[in-house]
Amino acid sequence: MDQPIRNEGDSAPIKGAQTQEGGSAGAMSRPPQMNDSRPPAVALEGIAKKFGQFVALHSITLSVGSGEFVCFLGPSGCGKTTLLRIIAGLERQNAGVVRMAGRDVSGLPPALRNYGIVFQSYALFPNLTVARNVAYGLETRRTAKPDIERRVDELLALIGLSQHKHKYPAQLSGGEQQRVALARALAPSPALLLLDEPLSALDARVRQSLRHEVRQLQRRLGVTTIMVTHDQEEALAMADRIVVMNHGVVEQVGAPAEVYMRPASPFVARFVGQMNFIPATAGERAGWARVGSVELRHLPGPSVAPGTPLTLAIRPEEILVGPAARDGENGLLTRIRAVQFLGPFTRLTLGLAGDSGAALECDVAANAFAELGAAEGAELRLGLRPDALRVFVAAE
Amino acid sequence: MAIAPGDLASSLPDRTVRHRIGGEDLIRYALVAAFAAILYLFVLYPLGHVLWRSVLDNTGRFIGVANYARYFGTPAIAASITNSLHVSIAAMVVTVGLAFVYAYGLTRTLMPWRGLFRLVALLPLFAPSLVQGLAFIYVFGNNGIFTRLTDINVGIYGAKGIIAAEVFYCFPHALLILMAALAATDARLYDAARTLGASPLKTFVTVTLPGVKFGLVSACFVVFTLVITDFGAPKAIGGKFSVMATEIYNQVSGQQNFTMGATVSVVLLIPAVLAFLVDRLVQRRQYALVTSASKPLQPRRRPLADWGMFAYCGVISAVIVGMLLAILVYSLVKRWPYNFTPTLHHYTFDTVGGYFPLLNSVYVAGLTAAVGTVLAFVGAYVVEKCRTAASGPLYLLAVLPVSIPGMVLGLAYIFAFNAPGSILNKLYGTLAILIISNVIHYFTVGFLTATTALKQMDAEFESVSASLGVPFYRTFWRVTVPIALPSIVSISMYFFLNAMVTLSAVVFLVAPGTELAAVAVLLMDDAGDTAQAAAMSICIIAIGLTVRLGYWALMRGVNRRTQAWLNTGAEQAGNG
Repeated sequence: MDQPIRNEGDSAPIKGAQTQEGGSAGAMSRPPQMNDSRPPAVALEGIAKKFGQFVALHSITLSVGSGEFVCFLGPSGCGKTTLLRIIAGLERQNAGVVRMAGRDVSGLPPALRNYGIVFQSYALFPNLTVARNVAYGLETRRTAKPDIERRVDELLALIGLSQHKHKYPAQLSGGEQQRVALARALAPSPALLLLDEPLSALDARVRQSLRHEVRQLQRRLGVTTIMVTHDQEEALAMADRIVVMNHGVVEQVGAPAEVYMRPASPFVARFVGQMNFIPATAGERAGWARVGSVELRHLPGPSVAPGTPLTLAIRPEEILVGPAARDGENGLLTRIRAVQFLGPFTRLTLGLAGDSGAALECDVAANAFAELGAAEGAELRLGLRPDALRVFVAAE
Repeated sequence: MAIAPGDLASSLPDRTVRHRIGGEDLIRYALVAAFAAILYLFVLYPLGHVLWRSVLDNTGRFIGVANYARYFGTPAIAASITNSLHVSIAAMVVTVGLAFVYAYGLTRTLMPWRGLFRLVALLPLFAPSLVQGLAFIYVFGNNGIFTRLTDINVGIYGAKGIIAAEVFYCFPHALLILMAALAATDARLYDAARTLGASPLKTFVTVTLPGVKFGLVSACFVVFTLVITDFGAPKAIGGKFSVMATEIYNQVSGQQNFTMGATVSVVLLIPAVLAFLVDRLVQRRQYALVTSASKPLQPRRRPLADWGMFAYCGVISAVIVGMLLAILVYSLVKRWPYNFTPTLHHYTFDTVGGYFPLLNSVYVAGLTAAVGTVLAFVGAYVVEKCRTAASGPLYLLAVLPVSIPGMVLGLAYIFAFNAPGSILNKLYGTLAILIISNVIHYFTVGFLTATTALKQMDAEFESVSASLGVPFYRTFWRVTVPIALPSIVSISMYFFLNAMVTLSAVVFLVAPGTELAAVAVLLMDDAGDTAQAAAMSICIIAIGLTVRLGYWALMRGVNRRTQAWLNTGAEQAGNG
C-alpha cells in the first residue's frame, strides 16, 4: 500500500496527448494517456445524481489519468462538488459507476476507497497538534511508531512546517493550516488526492503562493489529483486538464490553454476569462459573418444557412488597435465610450457603429494607449483578428 | 446538450447506489436502534399508558371521554384548571417583569456588585420549589416571624403564597434567558440611535425592546411552563387552593383514583406542549438577530441609572438572601419563632431515618448526571452525525420530554412499570427508575446543548476520518468528545442539580428504601417536623452549591486545557 515519495517528473502527464482530444463539448471517452496500458486512475461512467426532483448531475462520463491534475471548474451549484463527493463516496449517486484504477468502487464506503481529501474549511482537528493531525490516518494502520514519526517528519519537511510540529492548528495561519490538511491527507500515501475548493478561504496573496506550492507538491509526488474550484484563474494556473461544468453537465474538457483559446460553448467562453460577444448573422460565404454593414471573417465554425443568427466572440486582449488595426483584416470603426485605467493595461469600452448598441471591451497596454492618444468620445478603428474571432450559433 | 431536465429526473432511479455495509455501519445502526429503543421505552410507551388510562375506568373498562366529562363537570376538580392558569399567568407576569429589570441592571449598567448580584439571583436554582414555599410560610405563615412580630396575617396560604413562591423559584430561569437576550445586541444600533438624536426612552422602545422581544417571549413561556407543571410550591403553601399538579397527586396518592389522575395529566399536557411548541417557533427566529459582524454593547457610566439599578437589585437580592436565611435560621434554632436557642438537633433527621435520603439523592443525582450526559451526548451524536431516516423522528422524541410535566411522567412510569407480569416491573421501587425518570425528565435541555455543540464543529471531521480509514468511533473519542468537553461538563451539572431538587416526577416513584431528600422535605413538612424539613432543605442547597463550586473549579481546569488549542476564549458553562 505504502508508496514511496516519487521523484519529480516520474509520471508527469503527457500534455500533447491530451490537447488533441479535448475541445469537443461533452464527455471524454478515451483515457488521457494513450501510451499507458494501465486503466485510468479514476473513471466515471454515466454518473447521475438528483436531490428530490432536482437533477444535480446528468450522466457524467470522464476519466482521469494516473498522476494527472484535473480541475472541476464551474459556477456554484453546477454540481462540481457533488461530483467530487460521489468520487469520495461521501455522496451516493443515483446512477453510474465510479472506477478507481479499473476497480468498480461504486459500492465501497469512503474508508475503503483509498484517497485523501482536503476541504475548504481545513477540517483540522483543533485539539490535536500539527504532528498528531498528520499522523491521524497512520495510527490505525498498524504502522510502527518510529515509522509514523518518520513519515510525519518527512511530510512536515515537505510542506515546510517542521518547526510548527508541536503547535495547535489555531496557532497557525490559514495558509499553514491548509498545508497541514494537505499533509494529513497525503500521509497514508493515497492513490488519489481530492481537493474541495482548498484555497477559497484564504486571502488573495496566500492563495497565489499556495497555488504554486500545491502544484509543485503534486508534481513531485505524482499523485493523481482532482480539485474543485469556481476560480477560473486557479484552474488555469494549476490543472493539467480542466473539466468545465454547468448545470450538472460537462461543457468542455481540455488543457487550460485549449479551454481558454478554443472554448467549446458561449458558457465556457464567458466563464473562463473575459470575452466580448458580438451579435451577427451568417454571411453568403462560409467563414464570413455580417455585423451591421461590415462582413467579418471568423474561425471555422458550424456550417449554417446564410442569415442564421450567430454570436462572434473575441477576448479584450485580442482586439488590435492603432497601426496594427489600420492595415489588418476585419476592420471596424467604433467610438470610445469609457476609459478605465487598470494599472498594467487600460480597458476601453467601445460602442459599435449602427443601432445595435452593443459594446466591446478592449484591453490596451498602458504605453500603447498613450501612443494611441485617444480619449472618451473619440473614434477608434479596431482589427478583429480572424484567427481570434470565434463563432457560435446564437441561442434562440 | 439537448436534455429535458424533467424527463431525466423521472428516468433516474430514486434510490441511490448502495454502499457495502461494513462493521462500522453495524455499530452505527446499533447505536441508532439503541437510542430509539430507549426513547420508545421510557418516553413514548409510558406516555401512551397515561393516554390510554384516561379513557378507562378504575376497573379497566373502556369508557371513552367519560373521565374528561366528569373532570370538567365536577366544580371542585375543574377549579384546578382555572386555578393553575391563574397562578401561572400571574407568576409569569411578575417574574418576567422583575427579572427583566434585574437583567437590564446586570447587562446594561455599570452598577457596582454586578457579580455578586448575579450570584445571589441564581441561588434559588439550588433549592426545590417546595423550599421556596416553606420559606414564605416561615415568614408570613400563621406562625411566621412577620405575622408574630406585626400581628398582621397576610393570608399567605393559597394563590398569593403560590405566586410568591413561584416567582422566587422561576426568577433565575427567567433571568438567565433575559440576560442572554440583552447581551446579544449590536452596539451599532445604539450608536445609530444616538447620532440620530433619539431620546433614551425612544431608544429603549425602538431598539432595546425589539431586540429582546424573542427573549421576553421565551422567558414568559419557560416561566409559565415551570409554574403550571410545578408541584412543590403549591403542595407546600397552597393549602386548599388546588392546582392541576397537586390535583394529580391528590387523585393518585390520596384517593387512589388512577384514571382521574391520568385524565388531569392529559389535560395538563396540553398547555405544556403548546407553550413548548410556541417557544421553539420563536427561538428559531431569534438566531437571525445577531450576526457575526455585530459589535457587543459596552455600557456607559450613567450615575442615576447605575445607582437606581443598584438599589433595585439590592432589594431583590436582600429578599432572596433573607428567604434563604429564614430557612437556615429556622433549621438551627430550637423552636422558631418562640425559642431562638441555637441547636443542631434538627439535623438528626430522626423521622426519616437519618441521612440516607440525602445519600440516596446524591447517588441518584450523580448517576443521573453520568447516565444522562452519556445518553444526551451520544443521542445527539447519533441524530446529528449518523444521518438515517430515523434522525427526524428521533429528534422529535428527544425534545418531547421537556413538555412532559414531572407529575405526568411519574404517573406514566407507575402505569408502565408497575404492571404485574411485565419484566419492566423489576424496575419499580428501585433507585434505577428514579435515575431513569430524572434522565428523561431533564433530557431535552441536555440533548439540545449537545446538539448545539456538535453543530458548531466542522461538518467534515467525519468525512476526513473516513477518508483516512479511521473508524468514526475513534474520531468521536479523540476529537468530538474533547472539543465538546465544556458542553459535556455543563450538561452533567445541569442533570445533577436538577436531580437534586426535583420532586414532581419522583414523588410517585420513591419506595421504602429509596426515599430522596426532596421527598423527605415533603414528608417531614407533612408530618409537622418543619424544622427538620428546613434542615434537609439546607443540606440540599449546600450540596448543590458545593457541587456547583466543584464544577466551577473543574471548568477552569477544562478551560485551561482547551485554551491551549483554542484561540478564542473557551465557552463558559452556561446555565447557572
